Amino acid sequence: MSGAARPLAALVAGLTFGLGLALSGMLDPARVRGFLDIGGAWAPSLVFVLGGAVSVSALGYGLSRRLPRPALAQTFDLPTSRRIDAPLVLGAALFGIGWGLSGFCPGPAVAALSTGAAPVFVFVTAMLLGMAASELRVRRSPR
Amino acid sequence: MDTHLPALLGGLLIGLSAATLLLLNGRIAGISGLVAGLGRPGERRLADLAFLLGLILGPPLFAALAGHWPLMRIEASWPVLAVAGLLVGFGTRLGSGCTSGHGVCGLARLSPRSLVAVPVFLATGMLTVALMRVAS
Repeated sequence: MSGAARPLAALVAGLTFGLGLALSGMLDPARVRGFLDIGGAWAPSLVFVLGGAVSVSALGYGLSRRLPRPALAQTFDLPTSRRIDAPLVLGAALFGIGWGLSGFCPGPAVAALSTGAAPVFVFVTAMLLGMAASELRVRRSPR
Repeated sequence: MDTHLPALLGGLLIGLSAATLLLLNGRIAGISGLVAGLGRPGERRLADLAFLLGLILGPPLFAALAGHWPLMRIEASWPVLAVAGLLVGFGTRLGSGCTSGHGVCGLARLSPRSLVAVPVFLATGMLTVALMRVAS
């Protein structure tokens, strides 16, 4: 397995993701909050973002099911858990509150670091702290 | 209306990215998971770092192609952004995913966990925005 192929593929995929976010309007927290504002002047355009993204992603997933392994790695590394538990629901609920407060979710926030805007750095720093806090919790819990 | 076509095209690019990462590297394009994974050593770390570097370079590439930076209107104050960031960071790790991992990738796989997580974060996000509008 050549050493540079996987990081290079990841770089191209990341660039495509960031370009897609920029084109789609997801980097604009006011637009994202407008999409979440169903009781106000609802801005539906993010339905097109998610619809387009899930469609192509589903095609890729369908294709992956017919392949023995990925082109540049040994195995498809997919989550296997099917358990609907309290951490899943609580975590998603807390994430949604933070998303609604700010209009930022992790992808657009990380991509927006390149704009150099100070508020983005405030958000991403706090996000990293929140992630670190969650990692500590996992390490302490018995399972 | 003029925002719908770029939204769709941008979405298609995001889906293409997720499909590419899966078919070439066998990896899920979940941003919160990739970011959190940087704290753990392992053979995947270099590729994950490369993906995130590409992600950060996406908006400058857009600016070079389009001739202007993407619109970014941040209404929240710094304290609100800090609280929101903590909630997003903690919540996405506790719930094992965000808009990309559960939304773009999980829904495409019809993952039962993602089929629960996505409606939950959409609901609390919508409720939060609604409450903030009532309060202001």
